[in-house]
Amino acid sequence: MSKKKIAVIDYGIGNVQSILNALENLNAETLLTNNPEEILNADGVILPGVGAFKTGMENLISHNLISVIHEYINTGKPFLGICLGMQLLLDESEEFGNTKGLGLIKGKVKKLIIDETTGERLPHVSWNEIKEPVKDRWQNSILENIPQFSDVYFVHSFAASPNNEEDILATCNYGNKDFCAAVKKDNVFGAQFHPEKSGKIGLTILKKFIDLIK
Amino acid sequence: MHKTRLIARLDVKNEFVIKGIHLEGLRKVGDPIELAKKYYLDGIDEIVFMDAVASLYDRNNLFHIIEKACKEVFIPITIGGGIRSVNDIDKALRSGADKIALNTQAIKNPEIIKEASRIYGSQCIIGSIEAKRTGAGWQAYVDNGREHTGVDAIDWAKKLEDLGAGEILITSVDKEGTKKGFDAELVKKIAESVSIPVIASGGAGSLNDIRELILNCNPGGIAIASLIHYNLFSVSEIKRELINNNLSVRP
Repeated sequence: MSKKKIAVIDYGIGNVQSILNALENLNAETLLTNNPEEILNADGVILPGVGAFKTGMENLISHNLISVIHEYINTGKPFLGICLGMQLLLDESEEFGNTKGLGLIKGKVKKLIIDETTGERLPHVSWNEIKEPVKDRWQNSILENIPQFSDVYFVHSFAASPNNEEDILATCNYGNKDFCAAVKKDNVFGAQFHPEKSGKIGLTILKKFIDLIK
Repeated sequence: MHKTRLIARLDVKNEFVIKGIHLEGLRKVGDPIELAKKYYLDGIDEIVFMDAVASLYDRNNLFHIIEKACKEVFIPITIGGGIRSVNDIDKALRSGADKIALNTQAIKNPEIIKEASRIYGSQCIIGSIEAKRTGAGWQAYVDNGREHTGVDAIDWAKKLEDLGAGEILITSVDKEGTKKGFDAELVKKIAESVSIPVIASGGAGSLNDIRELILNCNPGGIAIASLIHYNLFSVSEIKRELINNNLSVRP
């Protein structure tokens, strides 16, 4: 069987090397690119990213990537946003005033709210457990067959707040409050955590993503 | 409840992981990539590579080690020691590091914290403080605990947060390498003075030291070195013991 070709979108933001390393470790063919043709021809596409939402969106615009991303998603092939790359899937973010996002998932990105009496801190830098919100939600997704309450690595201060409950793939609890840890809408997935930095379980999640490729 | 991160600290000199006492009298303990892999497979939560001599001799040879380690180690990796410019930070991130720990350069030019956190995000920038007890308080040291700066460590931690650091790594030079327990008072003071996560480093010599520190200070992370470098305990043994004590760590 030929190797699955995964394009990691290069828009000048974040640590992409570890995502490429993880995909190569899983025997995928990788390319770091912002070339529209290469993105459209890939079997799977990952939108990485750390840092600020506004910068992320500005960079997507300046690299002319917005319409390419929409066009790719319309092909029905799997797409995964990681961390900021997941947040960018939403309609908008309240980080540094309101900034418009890709609008692929209805809802907003908001600052994490924690119960201060727990003594927890922000940013949320921790391994933490992901939970399936409703039974069988993980079927046919990047989290299929992943054990409930698996620990994955988070580092963020903002989180997605989808309007439609059914777009929430996983939740996580921090500072006594639940937040959205992963999203899914058709062929579009998003993970607030870093699967490429989450040890064996993270690699299993990326492997699932590769396996979703038809 | 956050899970206290257990972090392997690998001080590297000339391609070897070394370990000293009070950051001095260095002894070779092994190959950095092999050790990183071993700790990763045994369940460590994060790895910090510190270039033990870079800021003294103005060179940096850690990038290629990070590059190799990142091909096989899929947990967060921090690089520190000898990072002097945004350009160095860029190189470090490109080699695969997730976070950069800044000490000497931050003292010389605090603006680097501000600039780097604006470009790469606060989550990427760790303010590293090497503190020694002086009279009633603690002073920040640079160049691996050799040079005093006259800067109060607690004030400096607050300043680092204001400048945009996303975490504080606090190393007690007095306790470092002694295996005599953490400077819990220092960790507590730092944690009380900032609202960002704090990583405690220096002094872990027994499972009890780690247990006590979690119970007393509950830091975001605990850096360990001698304990695992000298095979006193394996990472999985430490984790098991903490879990048996009902402490919140990743299994």
